[in-house]
Amino acid sequence: MKDTVAPYTTADGRQIGDVLMDMRGITLRFGGVEAIKDISFDIREGEIRAIIGPNGAGKSSMLNVISGFYNPQDGEVWFRGAKRPPMKPYQVARQGIARTFQNIALFDGMSVLDNIMTGRLTHMKSGLLAQAVWKGRAEREEVENRAVVERIIDFLEIQAIRKTPVGRLPYGLKKRVELARALAAEPKLLLLDEPMAGMNVEEKEDMSRFILDVNDEFGTTIALIEHDMGVVMDLSDRVVVMDYGRKIGDGTPSEVRNNQEVIDAYLGVAHD
Amino acid sequence: MSADFLYGVEVVINGLMSGVLYALVALGFVLIFKASGIFNYAQGVMALFAALTLVGVMEGQVPFSHIINATFGTDIHHFGWHVPALLAIALTLVVMIAFAWMVHTFVFKHLVGQEPIILFMATIGLAYFLEGIGDLMWGSDIKTLDIGIPQGGSMWVENISVHLGGEDFYGFFIDKLDITASIVAAILVIGLIVFAQYTKQGRAMRAVADDHQAALSVGISLNFIWILVWSLAGMVALVAGVMWGAKSGVQFSLSLIALKALPVLMLGGFTSIPGAIVGGLIIGVGEKLFEFMIGPMVGGATENWFAYVLALIFLVFRPQGLFGERIIERV
Repeated sequence: MKDTVAPYTTADGRQIGDVLMDMRGITLRFGGVEAIKDISFDIREGEIRAIIGPNGAGKSSMLNVISGFYNPQDGEVWFRGAKRPPMKPYQVARQGIARTFQNIALFDGMSVLDNIMTGRLTHMKSGLLAQAVWKGRAEREEVENRAVVERIIDFLEIQAIRKTPVGRLPYGLKKRVELARALAAEPKLLLLDEPMAGMNVEEKEDMSRFILDVNDEFGTTIALIEHDMGVVMDLSDRVVVMDYGRKIGDGTPSEVRNNQEVIDAYLGVAHD
Repeated sequence: MSADFLYGVEVVINGLMSGVLYALVALGFVLIFKASGIFNYAQGVMALFAALTLVGVMEGQVPFSHIINATFGTDIHHFGWHVPALLAIALTLVVMIAFAWMVHTFVFKHLVGQEPIILFMATIGLAYFLEGIGDLMWGSDIKTLDIGIPQGGSMWVENISVHLGGEDFYGFFIDKLDITASIVAAILVIGLIVFAQYTKQGRAMRAVADDHQAALSVGISLNFIWILVWSLAGMVALVAGVMWGAKSGVQFSLSLIALKALPVLMLGGFTSIPGAIVGGLIIGVGEKLFEFMIGPMVGGATENWFAYVLALIFLVFRPQGLFGERIIERV
């Protein structure tokens, strides 16, 4: 067994709990290329965990392993105290892991509201016939789901665009809708793949605020990938640093910032 | 009102009704194309197969009787019972759902992510396979399908419309079968729209049609949805097969109605359910009116080619169809 740290309370009063997800010795290959080499780290309940690293370090691959889009050749994925067998992405989603994508994957033809409602699919249980005739449990469920979705819409301040087809929205708002859809699933673990990529300073600030608020208000555990070192250091409780598929650092932002290997990876060093 | 004008109106009404049947076939194409990007060449053969199965089940035919008899030297052809129409339709539906499951599990599951042309080729193979299996199961003779839909001109329509015109107008002639087919098709379409808009599975279906990755990330099983759309397409094929089969007998040419769906799809767009309906109606009315007005001048039989020429003109000026998604190439 791995030794675990006891639950604790952060300086700003948030509860960090037990290990939620534990990645043990993950290795992922594409043909002869090793995208991830024997990486272990954990994500604890209630924390904001960042994965950073230069381009091509294997960050997105790692996120895809967690969300089931890739299955690693070696290593174990433990979620909520149980070893997870190889799974399809939709099965992972049903376990309570929601995600966003680096290049935004939304349903362009549907309205913002409908997009966010799809996030509730894993919570809909009533039978087909009941839904079609809109009776009993189906009606109750729909009302409940709508309430959750409306709360998220208010929370992310997108009331004004709720009926707009997503395809017509500007980039920054699309990112926000994608976050809303992931939140609608009320996930135990929320994965964000470069939530601030391609945003201007103001949009980045908004997004950072939303991520912190989500973590604070809903108590959602968040794992995020980010390029921008400054943003990550402000947001996260703990940081994993990757370079060329290896883990070169793991710890609090200040620990990582002073790690020589991390500094070298980011600034580059002369190799003899 | 002049009799000529009224006969024109009758032509339009009849056109609308045959258009409904075209729309029905086109709808089967759209369902599968939207959700999986597969252009299902076998849609027409599915309609034929569904109609054959329905007749076979109703008349208590022993499936594969020819092979069984040849192998075991027996001489069995019928179970000796007759199945009521509604029960037979339900059983045929079960067969079509089983077929959907098999098509997905044995063929398209293994072709996920392949080029559209490969998927298309697979459906061509599927069409000939299904045609052969249909023959083996139920025999290749022409069958009549009678599930009790009234046929022949509606006297009621004729009687109430006869007063519209003068001496030389005898009232509208509208086939009762066409009226029934229109009503059934309308119910089916409304049912499909309600399903797609208001149920969990329908929402998931629309999600898959829009973006596979995003659908996976919200917990939708693509395999389940693909079996679902093939089942729905099988159901639409059954309804189309029943209506066309009742009209002109269950025989091989039934599978060729799929070809009539092509111009409908070019007009309506391959990805739009309303497009399939409006496209079907335009083609139906267009070819009947054209035959009525221009036909006599060019020697008739314009119905064979009018739809395709109209589709060709559309392709030149609006390649995405009336309702299809606009194709914008960014440079």
